[in-house]
Amino acid sequence: MRVGVFICHCGINIASVVDVERVAKEIEKHPDVVYVTTYKYMCSDPGQELIKREIKEHQLDAVVVAACSPHMHEKTFRDAAKEAALNPYRVEIANIREHVSWVHEDREKATKKAIKIVRSVVEKVIRDVPLEPISVDVTRRCLVIGGGIAGIQAALDVAEAGYEVILVEKGPSIGGHMAQLSETFPTLDCSQCILTPKMVAVSRHPRIKILTLSEVEEVTGYVGNFHVVIKRKPRFVDENLCTACGDCEKVCPVFVPNEFDMGLSLRRAIYIPFPQAVPSSYVIDINSCLGLEPLICGKCAEKCEANAINYDDKGGRIEVDVGAIIVATGYELYGKENFPEYGYGQYEDVVTGLEFERLLSATGPTGGELRRPSDWKVPKTVVFIQCVGSRDPDNHKPYCSKICCMYTAKHAMLYKHRVPDGKAYIFYIDIRAGGKDYEEFVHRAMEEERITYIRGRVSKVFREGDKLVVWGVDTLAGKKVEVHADMVVLATAIVPSEGTRDVAEKLKCATDENGFLKEAHPKLRPVESLNTGVYYCGVAQGPKDIPETVAQASAAAAKAIDILSQPKLYHEPTVAVVDGDKCTGCKTCVSICPFNAIRFNEELKRAEVNSALCEGCGSCAVACPSGAITATNIRDDQVIEMVKSVLQEA
Amino acid sequence: MRVKVGGEEEEIVAKVEEISGQNIMLCYQCGQCSASCPMADYMDLIPSRVMKMLQLGMVDDVFKANTMWICATCLKCSVMCPKDIDVAAVMEALRQIVLRRNEEYLSLGKISKDRIEELPQIALIASARKMTP
Repeated sequence: MRVGVFICHCGINIASVVDVERVAKEIEKHPDVVYVTTYKYMCSDPGQELIKREIKEHQLDAVVVAACSPHMHEKTFRDAAKEAALNPYRVEIANIREHVSWVHEDREKATKKAIKIVRSVVEKVIRDVPLEPISVDVTRRCLVIGGGIAGIQAALDVAEAGYEVILVEKGPSIGGHMAQLSETFPTLDCSQCILTPKMVAVSRHPRIKILTLSEVEEVTGYVGNFHVVIKRKPRFVDENLCTACGDCEKVCPVFVPNEFDMGLSLRRAIYIPFPQAVPSSYVIDINSCLGLEPLICGKCAEKCEANAINYDDKGGRIEVDVGAIIVATGYELYGKENFPEYGYGQYEDVVTGLEFERLLSATGPTGGELRRPSDWKVPKTVVFIQCVGSRDPDNHKPYCSKICCMYTAKHAMLYKHRVPDGKAYIFYIDIRAGGKDYEEFVHRAMEEERITYIRGRVSKVFREGDKLVVWGVDTLAGKKVEVHADMVVLATAIVPSEGTRDVAEKLKCATDENGFLKEAHPKLRPVESLNTGVYYCGVAQGPKDIPETVAQASAAAAKAIDILSQPKLYHEPTVAVVDGDKCTGCKTCVSICPFNAIRFNEELKRAEVNSALCEGCGSCAVACPSGAITATNIRDDQVIEMVKSVLQEA
Repeated sequence: MRVKVGGEEEEIVAKVEEISGQNIMLCYQCGQCSASCPMADYMDLIPSRVMKMLQLGMVDDVFKANTMWICATCLKCSVMCPKDIDVAAVMEALRQIVLRRNEEYLSLGKISKDRIEELPQIALIASARKMTP
């Protein structure tokens, strides 16, 4: 064996704690090491050139780079070796930065530890076998989960690039929360006016298939080759036949609260979520409809000229293969029942931001005229409370919901437009208006609309006559304050939707402590999951506004297109291998594999590894009681030699 | 004591705006005026807090404080304000409102004759106007 060892100073990151020259001297004593050098920045272009040159010069057949974590530069150095015609799997990284210099201060001890680590990796590399990446085919189709603005944008981008898209939406129409909003900050353009063209584009796109009232039930497979099972709930109305004439609705005798209006209005059991719904079709709410028992009702079916109503609709199960998955499952509001101190639930005129949107909206219960829910009078004084549940680590959510400062300024502004002689007060802790034209928008609310900003939290909201008394403080004035209001609007925290949790479980995606999807790297891989081929966008990943959501959706689409456009996908060959003769068929490995990569072959009575799914974690190799499984290039014999080497004095 | 926000005090604030020609709502509490004010250490309420209290209609507290009388009208606050508010003009408007009430704060009759002769005339006029007996 002819091993070359390249030790990096990493500027002073390593060299200030580890005596790299001494490490070089010690490593040189190893019988298989024929060349050792140190260099200031091994990852730099001259550093890589150095490695390539010395591989050729000394005819090296294995290389150890003692530097930072393999997460950082393993690929860099393996690619360099490949250019010098050395099998990249004959290159190993000894981490003497994160594991040594960054965590130790004692130069002597750190240097000894570095020597042991580098020496043990030399022991590993001389036993490494050369490998070739595993190639797999790609299914050129994308699954988008969630039909809000994030999912819509991602679906359009992927479809425009020439790939088929399956857009799965849980509800009866796409559009998401954006369809419920009245106007959008900071330009105050009507939300539906800017959203509906995109909804129409999705519905007309020849490469996009919309599946509403559908949920992803099961996902198996791996990047480029996912197999997805989708469950479709019955609509009871044929969306291709329904003309949305509305005749059925007029005869339906059942009234229930309308979810789209946040329960502020009523709808029938057969309904269309909102006029611009896509698909433009009625739907029967199975929980309130009487007609499924034709003897009781069945009025809508009688009235429907298009014969679109089918009480026997059983829904269905759709199985589809896709190459990439985009998760855009969105958000919901943090339970308003969590704020008894603000009288939510007790007083009808204490509403959430989303309810206020419906009261402002032209398609809302008041036709866009602002009236309060209790008596439908025009409120003359409205108090807005920000950070309700957000930025409250002790009682509620620790994070900033990010959109509330802006939408509250918008709400107050729209209120003043509707009721010019009304008074608006906003209780806030900080104003976070960090977007383009956002700061100017908030200033407009303060200066032109004369909305009073009160810096402090509210302790209590209670009723006195027909007024809601708000007790709070202004910390800038240093005084407790009291406002007698007609209506109170709570900017409650936004939390990931319930669907997000389900989908994360099914896709085995990590979530953070607040339930938002956890990206592969918060800065450098913000739309990728740790599962290759699964991407995130929208609020499911973290609180964000519409512009940011749309940008992230396009980013996720670009990442999906990257996968879909590859002629072949390559997978790391460092996978587990089963020795069929030794396998006793105990199935321990099948249950232990975190990637579902092991299948039990009932015919041959032995475990089989799907090498495209295997991530090479080695769990199965450790668990196998008969020692039938080996993890390529981290075999037992390698690990034992490494341990022996570490135990020797440095 | 809790201060009720949104009452008739707002009329007084409107008057302050009218006299000074300033939009009180422009203030976003950066504190530049107070940081620049050479007299702020001697004031009951620093200038930026006066601005905030006016926004909230807390005029009683503002009139109780000595701020407007300590103000030397050096105009530093007006020069430094990032929102171009003439804070000194706001202080002057506050003084004008109090002065127009015609209440006697400095009774010249109560000052002894000897002392009156001792004091420069300009000081007497200034203190009568600024009400700092």
